[in-house]
Amino acid sequence: MAHYTLGIDIGSTTTKLVLMDGDSIVYRKYQRHLSRVRIATLEMLKEMQQQVQIDSLSVTISGSAGMGMAQAAGIDFIQEVYATSEVVSKLAPDTGVVIELGGEDAKVIFFNGGIDERMNGTCAGGTGAFIDQMAVLLDMSVDQMDKASLNATQIYPIASRCGVFAKTDIQPLLNQGASKADISASIFQAVVNQTITGLVQGRKIEGKVMFLGGPLFYCQGLRKRFYETLKLTEKTAVFPEYALYSVAMGAAMYARKSQQLSLDEYISRIENSAKTETVASDRLKPLFEHDGDYMDFIHRHDKANVPHIDINEYRGNAWLGVDCGSTTTKLVLISENKHILYSYYSSNKGNPVVVLLEQLKEIYNLCGDRIKICGSAVTGYGEELVKHAFHVDEGLVETIAHYTAAKHFQPDVDFILDIGGQDIKCFRIKNGAIDSIMLNEACSSGCGSFIETFAKAMGYNIADFAALGLKANAPVNLGSRCTVFMNSSVKQSQKEGASVEDISAGLSVSVVKNAIYKVIRATSPDELGKKIVVQGGTFYNNAVLRAFEKEIGADVIRPSIAGLMGAYGAALHAMKFKESSILKPRELIHFSHTSQTIRCKGCTNQCHLTINRFGDGKRFISGNQCEKGLGEQAAENLPNLHAWKRDYLENLVPKQDFRTKIGIPMALSTFELAPLWYTLFSELGFSVHFSKLSNRATYERGQFTIPSDTACYPAKIMHGHILQLIDDGITNIFYPGTTYNINENAGDNHYNCPVVAYYSELLRGNIEELKQVNFMYPYLDINSEKALARTITPCISRLDSSISKHQISQAVKKAFAAYEQYKAELRKEGERAIEYARSNGKRIMILAGRPYHIDPEIGHGIDKLATSLGFVVVSEDSMCHLAPVQYVNVLDQWTFHARLYRSARYAVEHDDTELVQLVSFGCGVDAITTDEVRSILENNNKYYTQIKIDEITNLGAVKIRLRSLLGALDERR
Amino acid sequence: MQDKSYVPFTEEMKKDYTILVPNMLPVHFKMLISLFRTHGYNVELLETKGPNIAETGLKYTHNDTCYPAILVVGQMMDALLSGKYDLDKTALIMVQTGGGCRASNYISLIRKALKKANLAHVPVISLNFSGLENHPGFKLSPQMLYSMIYAVLYGDLIMSLVNQVRPYEINKGSAETLADRWTEKLGFELATAKHIRYSDVKANYRRIIADFAAIPMVKTTKVKVGVVGEIFVKYSPLANNDLERFLIKEGAEPVVPGLVDFCLYVVYNNIIDYRLYGKGKKTYPVWKFAYWLLNKKRNDISELIDEEGTFEGWTSFDKVTTIANDVISNAVKMGEGWLLTSEMLELADSGCKNIVCTQPFGCLPNHICGKGMMKPLKELNPEINIVAIDYDAGASRVNQENRLKLMLASAKRNLEQKETSADSKNTVTV
Repeated sequence: MAHYTLGIDIGSTTTKLVLMDGDSIVYRKYQRHLSRVRIATLEMLKEMQQQVQIDSLSVTISGSAGMGMAQAAGIDFIQEVYATSEVVSKLAPDTGVVIELGGEDAKVIFFNGGIDERMNGTCAGGTGAFIDQMAVLLDMSVDQMDKASLNATQIYPIASRCGVFAKTDIQPLLNQGASKADISASIFQAVVNQTITGLVQGRKIEGKVMFLGGPLFYCQGLRKRFYETLKLTEKTAVFPEYALYSVAMGAAMYARKSQQLSLDEYISRIENSAKTETVASDRLKPLFEHDGDYMDFIHRHDKANVPHIDINEYRGNAWLGVDCGSTTTKLVLISENKHILYSYYSSNKGNPVVVLLEQLKEIYNLCGDRIKICGSAVTGYGEELVKHAFHVDEGLVETIAHYTAAKHFQPDVDFILDIGGQDIKCFRIKNGAIDSIMLNEACSSGCGSFIETFAKAMGYNIADFAALGLKANAPVNLGSRCTVFMNSSVKQSQKEGASVEDISAGLSVSVVKNAIYKVIRATSPDELGKKIVVQGGTFYNNAVLRAFEKEIGADVIRPSIAGLMGAYGAALHAMKFKESSILKPRELIHFSHTSQTIRCKGCTNQCHLTINRFGDGKRFISGNQCEKGLGEQAAENLPNLHAWKRDYLENLVPKQDFRTKIGIPMALSTFELAPLWYTLFSELGFSVHFSKLSNRATYERGQFTIPSDTACYPAKIMHGHILQLIDDGITNIFYPGTTYNINENAGDNHYNCPVVAYYSELLRGNIEELKQVNFMYPYLDINSEKALARTITPCISRLDSSISKHQISQAVKKAFAAYEQYKAELRKEGERAIEYARSNGKRIMILAGRPYHIDPEIGHGIDKLATSLGFVVVSEDSMCHLAPVQYVNVLDQWTFHARLYRSARYAVEHDDTELVQLVSFGCGVDAITTDEVRSILENNNKYYTQIKIDEITNLGAVKIRLRSLLGALDERR
Repeated sequence: MQDKSYVPFTEEMKKDYTILVPNMLPVHFKMLISLFRTHGYNVELLETKGPNIAETGLKYTHNDTCYPAILVVGQMMDALLSGKYDLDKTALIMVQTGGGCRASNYISLIRKALKKANLAHVPVISLNFSGLENHPGFKLSPQMLYSMIYAVLYGDLIMSLVNQVRPYEINKGSAETLADRWTEKLGFELATAKHIRYSDVKANYRRIIADFAAIPMVKTTKVKVGVVGEIFVKYSPLANNDLERFLIKEGAEPVVPGLVDFCLYVVYNNIIDYRLYGKGKKTYPVWKFAYWLLNKKRNDISELIDEEGTFEGWTSFDKVTTIANDVISNAVKMGEGWLLTSEMLELADSGCKNIVCTQPFGCLPNHICGKGMMKPLKELNPEINIVAIDYDAGASRVNQENRLKLMLASAKRNLEQKETSADSKNTVTV
């Protein structure tokens, strides 16, 4: 008689069954469970029962979503990675490494030298869910994306850490007309990179590599990227036929040890488990207590309405507003009375130009001779492209467009919250001007599309899903961090038996909480304002609107055109024009648009430029970080201290000397102390080689050796610098440990952050190649000549024992003098820049962060962007000496941070100076400094602008931020 | 520069203020509480639980701040806003180390939260040994300090024994019941004793060990799992989702290094600071003495455990300070620093090869000393089986438990392999 064993693998999106008889597979099935874990499993089991005659069997469950059910039903459970390694070591014992990508998990198993099983950490970028999300963004199915990717001709750098970052990279590529084939391949490459940095973490990939899991099974393009990145061949890459079922098979094999029961018994156990599971205690109050509340709510919001009039009846002047957003294009045509003649809202399908061309033709058709378009304005991500393509009269920053529209509904509006599909924007209005602007960042990404994705996953359209949420009795409490975390919270609540209604409402509440507590960072509703206007497509969802009103405990205005506010605002703005330059119907006939991507050779940044050519012979170039590639002369060369510092450091070139070469990575604290180390070693006769300033390739060179993927980018890029030095044949590498930084007597202590202080320890432990060279990382005291001489002597003596103590102390003396001279020149240059700005009537921007933020790959050319917008750019260390020591609410114990506080003080004291803070993603200490800097500035009526930087290379969002700042400054004036 | 205009805890306040203490180590803190009470401080340990704590914390702190800060602030604010306390007669207390990790800013974060809630008048006492702040109404007498040390030592002993008994006890709950009884008794003793005689303390140690040894146990072979990491997340069940309990439920024996180790680490860092940078020449002898004293007391306990014979004692701290010198320098002193790496290696070398390294999401020192050291540790001890778990207000338990289960599954496989190979060896010899 057959002894059947059944493995059930319940992953985040699919359920897999494998029924085995001994070592042979009798039956298997793969199905999406749409988050109805228990029901879907039962259906599949019953289906199997009809097809296979089973007397008794033993069952084991596996998979992240199966854990709770297994426990409640009293069925054995096996961890899924463990299951995989069981199967692989049995069926393919010569496998070296397994890479398995699932819906929300990524796993890597090493078999050589003891099994080492790894799963992605809490940050789940680069998994199946990520690919799905990106496919939605491209308006393609995953399948189409896969096929397209095979025709790619080039790869763009795309951050895969998280959907928000990736989107910031992809959206502008789309808007600039980069091909979908290339973008698709780039997305797959991002997944590969994330897998490698997140999981391989420095271990070598050797031997045969087996690929498992849905995405790798279905996506040829993804496989191709892995192939090329890992340099695999036909022989070393294995794609087994059972790629989808490996976990279920492992569970089935493991089930041999499990209890033998009838299938009916197992089915009834699973059925009954629903009853024994505890109902989640963590629930919220319903959105509406009574039906009456609901009716009041609906009536109230019906009032904020703009009349629509029939375009076919209207005769007269009209104005056009376009909001070319990151994912959607919105368009509004208004009459003299500001009524809406025509509106349009649609996904821009990856190419806003095509969408707009059709729409313009349609509008001209409808207008006939009766209506004259007197003016047009465009706002949003695609603003410049659209403006150039169609000769739109004016381009304006989103923030100004939204404010203009909101004012129409609430003349004394003091707070605007806009939640779109992918973005959250909030502005506070004070004295008729925008006072502060907040945008969502990575880890605060829960927006409209997030709810939509869930609705889809559960088999609903968004409107029905939202309607269900209104009826929820006990919305689940899902927390408010990363959307991926929310995925698992939803999973958990489903396991605990939450209804679709409760989940829908819970998601709405979490989006609202994300906006209030993480984007706006308010502690109480009073902080928001008294006259609040909410808008953006997401607020069409009444559950979100209601959740927001409940959370802040006040009524708000949601205009009937919540999703069109940007376009409406643009149209209102355009009303100042009498004659429009926008392309006429005749010109549209000959309109054509082609785009081509090239790499700019202007400087080492090597920006990917997209050249758009239009039918009238005009060109529009985008993707540039500076003006160089545009083939035009920059209007004016404004002082830029970031550039000055880079120049200074790059001029520290090796001297021909009689002793050996010393390599120093140009990363982290070297950006502060380079002149010191340079002089010290040069004076002693060594030739000092700094690694070059970074570019993307620097990061990629070292990414395989990074053990902690949530560390900051400036730290992660360090790996590439070390390897670059080793590649250059340098055998003595120096990066000291510095618990204490230079004491500038401006704080309570003078620490470095733990990463800057101790990164050398991590480098030594994780970069194999460092073992082949002399890596020197002595712990140094850099606060006096004597102390430095004492602490560095052992290290130098080991290099050359003939160097005397006297020589060392002389060199140290000169080194400090060189450092002081550098600082003095830096300060003088800072003062000169400020003076230049004042005498030429320019605005000053303190682009403040850490010294290493001037690295072109870390700062992403934000400094150049700022000068192109007319700011004179100074760094925090070039001018903080001009302000007194600043008192703050926190323990001010890091040298670099004390400079931030002083810089903020300077900005407060000078009307022409703004501070923009650069913050590295993952910087723990900046959670403390940002709040402080913000409060110093805002308490004194200054704008606080924070830019979070990571691997993202595209400046689109940054540009909007800085232009909004400019716009707000102009209005205030 | 920090604005030093904090609200001090005055002598006046000592009379009728309730001082709220956030919970970290249930056993230790209970004894400390009873100690403080007898010295005239009306302290209360916050034992609140539930998701609203993290939620309140998120409301009042920057959401990118580390999870322990969010929980501490959350627990305190939740208590203050509960209506249970007279807000004009309540103070808060928090330990402050003054190290280079952002944890030194917990006090500031609490004050900022208070300001946000319009409770800026509530004093926050900084419990520190580096002179960061001064609170006239809160002074630790040498005698109290001395008693506190014993509270920590007793706590470590009890915690260690509970963990060694609980997985094997025949009557479920007996270890905890015994621990509660001793905690109460010792708390009372420490608080009331005019003068602590070390011989009495040692007698207590002996009795505690004997009492635990007397609990009926079935000694089966279980997977041992070391728990290390960021100090708050490592110890606090609120932060680590009851990790110890989970491990026991999954059939493992948790091994959790004690609090005195962390104290010794802090003391040792001051010695290193002098040796490396010449900092604190005057206090150097004091730290050296403190190290000697704590170390000796810790060794005494371990010797008594070994003497009794049922349980495993502790690796000497002198060894802990040197064990990982090949992979990390003792100069790494922010957060848990070199101690974290050393503990992992010490656990592995002493036979506990499975390790959970706990940390708040985005913990800076742990990038280096935790995750950054896994590769070199594995090279030194290939059998080591470490899982790093991030704790966070948004992280779901399912995720964490799934990763823990993976570590446990490998651990069990390794254990089985060892047993089978041991069996086969036996057959050969027979």
